[in-house]
Amino acid sequence: MDDTQLKIKEFLSRFFKSHDLQPNEDIFALGFVNSLLAMQLVAFVEKEFAIQVEDADLDLDNFRSIDAIAGLIARKRGAAA
Amino acid sequence: MKLELSAEQRAARAEFRAFTAAEIAPHADAWDRQEAIPRELIDRLRQRGYLGSNITAEHGGLGRDMISYGLLTEEIARGCSSVRSLLTVHDMVAHAIQRWGSREHKERYLPRMARAELLGALALSEPNAGSDAKSIETLAADAGDAWVLNGRKKWTTFGQIAGLFLVFAQVKGQPAAFLIEREAPGLTVRPLKGIVGTRASMLAELTLEDCRVPKGQLVSRPGFGISHVAAAALEQGRYSVAWGAVGIAQACLDACRSYAADRRQFGVPLADHQLIRAMLTDMIVDVRAARLLCLRAGWLRASGDPGAFMETMAAKYFASRVATRSANDAVQIHGANGLSESYPVARYLRDAKVTEIIEGSTQIQQITIPLFEFQEF
Repeated sequence: MDDTQLKIKEFLSRFFKSHDLQPNEDIFALGFVNSLLAMQLVAFVEKEFAIQVEDADLDLDNFRSIDAIAGLIARKRGAAA
Repeated sequence: MKLELSAEQRAARAEFRAFTAAEIAPHADAWDRQEAIPRELIDRLRQRGYLGSNITAEHGGLGRDMISYGLLTEEIARGCSSVRSLLTVHDMVAHAIQRWGSREHKERYLPRMARAELLGALALSEPNAGSDAKSIETLAADAGDAWVLNGRKKWTTFGQIAGLFLVFAQVKGQPAAFLIEREAPGLTVRPLKGIVGTRASMLAELTLEDCRVPKGQLVSRPGFGISHVAAAALEQGRYSVAWGAVGIAQACLDACRSYAADRRQFGVPLADHQLIRAMLTDMIVDVRAARLLCLRAGWLRASGDPGAFMETMAAKYFASRVATRSANDAVQIHGANGLSESYPVARYLRDAKVTEIIEGSTQIQQITIPLFEFQEF
């Protein structure tokens, strides 16, 4: 995992304590996602990676796994560059 | 975390305090009895930039900093919680649009909301859905070129005069948020009277009967209406209510300090009685502690810290309970006078109770706050 993936994993691990989350594992399928995680995840991604999550980004596929979140961050950074 | 306000924040607080003392506090009991605030007050709030002041400069607002925003809310609530609730709901809708609205929503609504030409109201609660927001029964159907909504909304604060409603409905079982203008066909607004607290908050019940709105009025997309759009609005609302509760507690302290010094029983001022001092001590310490929690939440919100959600809930939970406790003791200290309309403390008690119910009840906070704690350790 690269640095971005590791940071995402570290954040998500607070919610999946007894589970070693893999990069492509579906966090929704694991059943632990609630509104608290949803709100904090957006804030975490914005603050940690200095991007702005917008209304068009609200798609479950953008937040489904470590890889998906890292992909969203990469696209947002690419668009901003 | 800085514990001191900046010179600008102190100056802003002095301005808010002077405005409340002159324009709000002397009339709050009358507005409470009339169950309405006058249009002229809204004009004065508009002139001062007190409505929608959290809207960024990019969208025509003042972009007031988070702490100054909190101080504004506290000082307004110190005079009248109904007026505070106008700021709360208007700013909740503005915040939700700013956070999750489309570019068109932001361009169409935020500049008018920043000038308070357009007032926002949140339409989430229903006759059968309060804390259990995901169980709302209002339905929105895709009719090709429009959404068609059917259902009822209740307890819509300032719904009587709002021009824009943030309405939540189910789209094929997925919660969704819609921006609905007052003139939308099929939307009926009826005043709700007889509420016990924040009586001048001009509550309304909304009926949506084949209410047809353009496709573009959907905020974000179905499935994110509660988890993100309502969550953003409610987080803003909790911050506002927390500061407002501090304002009530401070008003209780102000009233009791004066009353306990002037009122004499058994040959001495009430303030010389130790059991009265005990109640004053709790009030003095509680209001300081609640304000510190609000400041901490404000600083975290300003920095975009994910921990702000938990700290804002904690501030709202504590401050609303402090407001109720302080108001309860304030009535007790005032004795029979406290139960009369000659003193404002009975109003403070009724208004304080409201802060324990709105934007997540005390019990919802008690269920939720430990979840944050468990995730940290």
